[in-house]
Amino acid sequence: MIAAYLVLLIPLVGIVYFALAGHKTDTGKLNVWFNGICLLATIWLAINVLNQGTIISSGKAFLIDPFNVYLIVLTAFVGFTTSIFSSPYMEHEKEIGKLSDKRLKLYYSMFQGFMLAMYLVLTSNNMGIMWVAMEGATLATVLLVSLYRTPESIEAAWKYFILCGVGIAQALFGTILLYYAAVQIGDGENALLWSVLYENADKLNPEILEIAFVFLLIGYGTKIGLVPLHNWLPDAHSEGPTPMSAVLSGLLLNDALYAVVRNKMLVDGATQSNMAGYLMMGFGLLSFLVAAVLLHRQKDIKRLFSYSSIEHMGLMTFAFGIGGPLATFAALLHMTVHSLTKSAIFVTVGHAAQLAGTQRMDQIRGLIKTQPKIGWGLLIGTISIAGFPPFGVFTSEFLVLLATMHSYPWLAPLLLLGIGIAFAGLFRHIQPMVYGDKPEAQKPIKANLWPVTIHLALVLWLGLAIPGFLAHWFSQATLLISGSTPL
Amino acid sequence: MNIEQLDFYTQAILSMAALVGLTSFLMLGQGRLLRLIFVFAMQGFLLTLTTALAAYSLNNHHLYISAVLTLVLKVVFIPWMLRRQVIQMNMHRDIEALKNNTAVMLGGASLMVFSYYVLHPIVQSSSVVMLNALAVSLSVMLLGMLLMISHRQAIAHVVGFMSIENGLFFAAIVATNGMPMVVELGVAFDVLVAAVLFGIFFLHIRTSIDSLDVDLLNKLHEVDK
Repeated sequence: MIAAYLVLLIPLVGIVYFALAGHKTDTGKLNVWFNGICLLATIWLAINVLNQGTIISSGKAFLIDPFNVYLIVLTAFVGFTTSIFSSPYMEHEKEIGKLSDKRLKLYYSMFQGFMLAMYLVLTSNNMGIMWVAMEGATLATVLLVSLYRTPESIEAAWKYFILCGVGIAQALFGTILLYYAAVQIGDGENALLWSVLYENADKLNPEILEIAFVFLLIGYGTKIGLVPLHNWLPDAHSEGPTPMSAVLSGLLLNDALYAVVRNKMLVDGATQSNMAGYLMMGFGLLSFLVAAVLLHRQKDIKRLFSYSSIEHMGLMTFAFGIGGPLATFAALLHMTVHSLTKSAIFVTVGHAAQLAGTQRMDQIRGLIKTQPKIGWGLLIGTISIAGFPPFGVFTSEFLVLLATMHSYPWLAPLLLLGIGIAFAGLFRHIQPMVYGDKPEAQKPIKANLWPVTIHLALVLWLGLAIPGFLAHWFSQATLLISGSTPL
Repeated sequence: MNIEQLDFYTQAILSMAALVGLTSFLMLGQGRLLRLIFVFAMQGFLLTLTTALAAYSLNNHHLYISAVLTLVLKVVFIPWMLRRQVIQMNMHRDIEALKNNTAVMLGGASLMVFSYYVLHPIVQSSSVVMLNALAVSLSVMLLGMLLMISHRQAIAHVVGFMSIENGLFFAAIVATNGMPMVVELGVAFDVLVAAVLFGIFFLHIRTSIDSLDVDLLNKLHEVDK
């Protein structure tokens, strides 16, 4: 349990330290250290869970089980590699005069603030605290979206703040209804604890839980970026600094989906029907298809990949909605590979945009000729996210498709269509950017592509062979969520 | 249900619910910002009263802390901050011409009916009083959203946002006698931080577009034109 406290304590120290110490030349490196130590703590925590099974802290405030522990490690890992990328990236932004020391101080402090909120969402056993942390993640990142203080970025941040704030308020109403159902069967102070709710799920009033789930799905769904609540997402991703886009896409969306799935487990237990699943399938499929079509009409490279995030989150929501061991396993795998690939892509996109001096895709040209590392990174990342074999995204999408054909065969053509449209949408934009002649004045920049290489190598590895301990882990989580194992 | 047969506490809760609902409608039709903020503070005060009443009748001490938090945040701090902004921006004499005011009010009324409809299934497991309280809370939330849609000033948006929080808070107090203390403190902390962030945002929006009219924030589109 000490490991879990450590995971929460390190970013807390980080917030205070960066806020007090101000920005110095080595702040970026220190941020890497903070995230690195946190990653070690999460691995320690994961080993504990692997040996002992589910851990509940003495005050029952925290719960670590196979489902959230792998997301905790993933969060720490993406946070760590993004901080490696962010250090030289933010220095470059400072050199070209886009940011001052004061803004960078805010950036590093809130980076840790965001990480803390993410860990708290994942580790909390209390559904109320989970909500508080989710809202906290919005509050921590909203000033980072407007970090450049351009009119566009302020508009994006305002939209993000209002839409996510109003959206997440629905989730609080859902949580209150959940609590209302829970106090009818048990004691007050402990009634919102997930472990208590889960044990008594069959006693909870199904009518109230059905209403509650609608609010919870709309609320957390706003954060997942489900259509039609997705409006804030492309704006916030495209206007904020790129490291922020990487963690928003890679982590925040996952954690919101995690919150929905936790609630779905309770609702399924109470209603004994698949009502929650149908809702998730509907919203998921709609988001998947709409985002795939909208990919074609983008002009900004970061917006392009934000729509790709909406598309993949839709697919995961759909897969969790199908339920069943195979679909759940596929969704968990997809969460992992999507996080890794998407954050890698945002890192390369950040470098590509710095190289070309713009985010407009019609002005980014000849990346391979100017700086092969960035060009190839972007190309391989896109191949991976579009679902080509042998990358991990292919495996998980294939499994989702298999599960769909098994349970709802008439939906499989729609999925295939969506994957096809998205593939075309990505490649019609990426091709001219990576190939083609370079503009005259374009010169290579200082870029650190280690995070990209590591992420894509991991995704490749997951696509070729899922290592035994990870497969075991996914099966444990699948067992917890869907009640049986796929293997 | 005969209202005279209920105990004093339940009767008081029902009247509070009616009053809170009324303040939401008052805000919806209000074009002057200072009055809007005043009505918002009134709503906060009604919430404080409800909380204190619940704390007293149920002999639940932690609800007194919530009452004090509500009083400080929703009645004093946030209205004070918004009022200062309005006066600094010299907007206190402007009247915002609300488009389709009649339609908005009718829409508000239908939202209230809708809230009753949505929450009706819970009557089976609890009292009609609870249905009233929860339906009013839900409609306060929905009316808050409608307020944000129908007004163009960023300040009105913040009032709508905070009034949504009020609706949630009312539900938590009346239906469940308050959430567990940690959660309530957490939510209050979030509201406080949000209020401070809104203050910072007003400054940024003003320096960026020289106005607080959010209709002018229109540079980003779903697809490029």
